[in-house]
Amino acid sequence: MFSIILIASLILTIVTIVMFLASILSKKALIDREKSSPFECGFDPKSSSRLPFSLRFFLITIIFLIFDVEIALILPMIIILKFSNIFIWTFTSIIFILILLIGLYHEWNQGMLNWSN
Amino acid sequence: MFYMEFILSLIGSLLLIICVLVSVAFLTLLERKVLGYIQIRKGPNKVGLMGIPQPFCDAIKLFTKEQTYPLLSNYLSYYISPIFSLFLSLFVWMCMPFFVKLYSFNLGGLFFLCCTSLGVYTVMIAGWSSNSNYALLGGLRAVAQTISYEVSLALILLSFVFLIGSYNMMYFFYYQIYIWFLIILFPMALVWLTISLAETNRTPFDFAEGESELVSGFNVEYSSGGFALIFMAEYASILFMSMLFCVIFLGCDVFNLLFYVKLTFISFVFIWARGTLPRFRYDKLMYLAWKCFLSFSLNYLLFFIGFKILLFSFL
Repeated sequence: MFSIILIASLILTIVTIVMFLASILSKKALIDREKSSPFECGFDPKSSSRLPFSLRFFLITIIFLIFDVEIALILPMIIILKFSNIFIWTFTSIIFILILLIGLYHEWNQGMLNWSN
Repeated sequence: MFYMEFILSLIGSLLLIICVLVSVAFLTLLERKVLGYIQIRKGPNKVGLMGIPQPFCDAIKLFTKEQTYPLLSNYLSYYISPIFSLFLSLFVWMCMPFFVKLYSFNLGGLFFLCCTSLGVYTVMIAGWSSNSNYALLGGLRAVAQTISYEVSLALILLSFVFLIGSYNMMYFFYYQIYIWFLIILFPMALVWLTISLAETNRTPFDFAEGESELVSGFNVEYSSGGFALIFMAEYASILFMSMLFCVIFLGCDVFNLLFYVKLTFISFVFIWARGTLPRFRYDKLMYLAWKCFLSFSLNYLLFFIGFKILLFSFL
């Protein structure tokens, strides 16, 4: 545990040093307005670029969230197999996966997964 | 004794990181060469001997380029997200299975899942904080794509975990001594390869940087060091994904030289796919993730639970 934290900080140090090295080596910065404006193929950016994004992406993220939470519930299943009643384990896990599958098909049927209407 | 072990594991992981960085450099050279020969031209062949020091020249050129300071950007997060992205793709290498001198996690699979899930944030923050329309759109697309494929990735990994009964990556070696998982689970291998192409934003699925629509995706505004770091992170994750493919499907004999030949071949497949396949369509990509791969992996998971119970009750 301690050594994995240590190696994490070591990697972080290396990477940060590389980034700072790039900052130091490229000191010929010549800041002007055109150069530091957002790249839009030569045009002046008209609108703000903090766009509100399409609702589709948000809905995909909601579905992802549901599935990810359920994956987090499946994760310990294989470890508790060795310590639990096999009948109850089988019953719960199969019911769980079936709920996931039927939920997926239900969402498919309701058109949640269609990208364009 | 404990300190000795500690220092040895530290040295081992440092060596691993340095070798990963060097192989990232040569992977870019391999990519340029292979793409060159696919398009019937020679790749870089002028620098040094047959263009072998080309990646180092590229690195020096990139690092001495001017750094931009985008207007109205959130500069701190703009500056930090490449650092964090390279950090994550190097840190995930710690779960590489080894008998000695490295961390052989009991929960290596979980470690891998955590690190890949965190990789989404760096792309998102890099795209958002650089205050450009293209970067924002590219970041959004990359995030939606990565999280959609992550569900199937986790489920397929879980079905293998059900099969081998542990999260420890070393178990893949014990269970594949006689036959590779590639042979008995060929469809899973194909799906896993596709998912790892999509997870690393590689070419048939590189919607984060589809240059005909978005100029270069989420890294438009990055210039010298930041761009180099994002690039290195991307290639390190390609190498990691090919390593994981070898671990899961191709025998996982990490002490054998042949393992690294297989690793190189899988990363060649990534480049090969880039040279041959045209870009996919975004809605088709989402259909592939949610309608095809997710139902596939869930059904396989159900099958493996039944299979595990069958084995468990008879053996």
